Amino acid sequence: MSAFRMILSRLAFSIFTTLCGAFFALPMLWLLLAPFNARGTLAVEIPRPFTLENFERVFANTFAMRALLNSLILAGGTMITVTLVATLAAYALSRAEVPYYDLLTYGLILFSSVVTGTAAMVPIFLLANALGLVDTYLGVIMVFTGGLLPTAIFILRDFVEGLPRSYEESAMVSGASPWQMVRDVVMPLLRPGMMVVGIWTFVQVWGAFLVPFVLLRTPERMPAAIAIYSFYTEAGTPILTLTSAYALLYAIPVLALYLFVNARYGFRFFGGIKR
Amino acid sequence: MARIRLEELRKTFGPVVAVDDLTLSIEDGEFFALLGPSGCGKTTTLRLVAGLERPTHGRIFIGEREVTDLPPQARDVAMVFQDYALYPHMTVMENIGYPLRVRRYPRAEIERRVREVAEVLQIADLLDRRPGQLSGGQQQRAAVARALVYQPQAFLFDEPLSNLDAKLRLEARSFLKHLQKSLGITTIYVTHDQAEAMALADRIGVMDRGRLLQVGTPLEIYRRPRNTFVATFIGSPPMNLIRCRFHSAEAVLALEDGQAIALGERGEALRRAFRDGEPLWLGVRPEHLSLAEGPGPTHLSARVYAVEPLGVETLVTVQINNERIALRLSMDEPPVLREQVWVRVPMERALFFRENGELAL
Repeated sequence: MSAFRMILSRLAFSIFTTLCGAFFALPMLWLLLAPFNARGTLAVEIPRPFTLENFERVFANTFAMRALLNSLILAGGTMITVTLVATLAAYALSRAEVPYYDLLTYGLILFSSVVTGTAAMVPIFLLANALGLVDTYLGVIMVFTGGLLPTAIFILRDFVEGLPRSYEESAMVSGASPWQMVRDVVMPLLRPGMMVVGIWTFVQVWGAFLVPFVLLRTPERMPAAIAIYSFYTEAGTPILTLTSAYALLYAIPVLALYLFVNARYGFRFFGGIKR
Repeated sequence: MARIRLEELRKTFGPVVAVDDLTLSIEDGEFFALLGPSGCGKTTTLRLVAGLERPTHGRIFIGEREVTDLPPQARDVAMVFQDYALYPHMTVMENIGYPLRVRRYPRAEIERRVREVAEVLQIADLLDRRPGQLSGGQQQRAAVARALVYQPQAFLFDEPLSNLDAKLRLEARSFLKHLQKSLGITTIYVTHDQAEAMALADRIGVMDRGRLLQVGTPLEIYRRPRNTFVATFIGSPPMNLIRCRFHSAEAVLALEDGQAIALGERGEALRRAFRDGEPLWLGVRPEHLSLAEGPGPTHLSARVYAVEPLGVETLVTVQINNERIALRLSMDEPPVLREQVWVRVPMERALFFRENGELAL
């Protein structure tokens, strides 16, 4: 009897997890199948007839293709800036034992959600305008950097705290200058944390719509998140064949970045010192 | 290679005094051990010499140069950390060569020197590995190699053997001593293990609560500890301290349970040092005590509390009143548990400490 009950409960559990999995997998499946379907549909179905014509039409849209490059510039630029600045800041904040550090970061994180949020858009636009940064990549990158930096520092500080100080002390006694110590010892050991923050930043900017939409004017500078609307009809409904093809192209860089970083560096810590 | 001088060195962390007016001179080429329980300030002292902490007060000299205000980079010392601090992302070769790399030595020169040191330390075949792939003993050697490679003025060791297992620790100990003697580099060695300090050092400084209690050769400290703290910190098992009261007229020491030990020839000296009826501590090393057949003027009646055969010798703990006393005996037939025995106290070897712990005689 109890064996029967066990099988039953396992069966119920399996069905439940399968349903959960399917719930999340279906949109992914749609993203993989719909671009190759000649008929625009919201249903997940085997493409019939199978076609590459959707991609031909997307590639022909030079504005949308240029937008993918713009997205790369914005996301890549922000990623590099945020990762570098956050690493150095987190290191300094952690090692210098700044009083009320926690309060400071929590406060900053709270405010940072305002920076990239809707509420601050008007003052940010005015500020960018006054600085002559409207319709520049730099302006967008700076706004994103300001918005993402506090959280990035917060994440990275945990990595810094996990780093035994004797590594740095050993380097100092060995004769390394502070900069040599950070470059040769601290940064390589923080690399897993930097990767996490880097990818997180990239994804945040890659998917962002509002900030570039407000700050950029020239169509040639618009990122993909905005350009996807060029596959909408005049009436504002998406042309499913084209949006799905473009969405697939749009998803590839993020996936590629993740796979590259995971293969090249791996999200792991080296481990050396026993504690 | 250089002399190291510490003058009235003091370091406080908030209200805590970690190092309290420490003055010490370590000779050129000397192997000096700083010994003490955890939290006694020995590691802080080492870190002050390395420049990893700034003294609150006092001065530090390495050679003829005052280094008190110099950063660690400019002190030209090498430090081996308790956890070795080998950089996990570098190979052993890169680790050992790192001090030379930051000094901008040419690549070929770095490689030549690293191989040379690795040869001496017998890790030449491990140079391509990462620290994570080394055993504890190999890691320790790699850390020593990294300290050795740039021929510093002094070596600073912070409990470098504490992460090794017992057997390896003995091996590494003799190896370190041999190495230090053949190189003749001034060395400060921090440890809480008295056996390690005794075995390695030319001189030992015993610390407690930030103060340097006694400095001397291992044998000096072992034979004439300046106070009861040093007496009970050095030696395994430590020196026995028996609480007594001095009776001047009879020239005896009376124990709390009423037993008395005749002072014999030392009675005269005790009369000069102690008042009649003054309480004191009688200190005897476990190896100086022996068992007697029956009562005698310097024999104490005791009951066997524990017997621990160690091979070469047997550790016997006896109980007199409420005090436990350790004996190291080399006998084939040790006493049995709860047996009543007579312990002979050799007065010529005994030390006498005042009630406050200071050595009197």
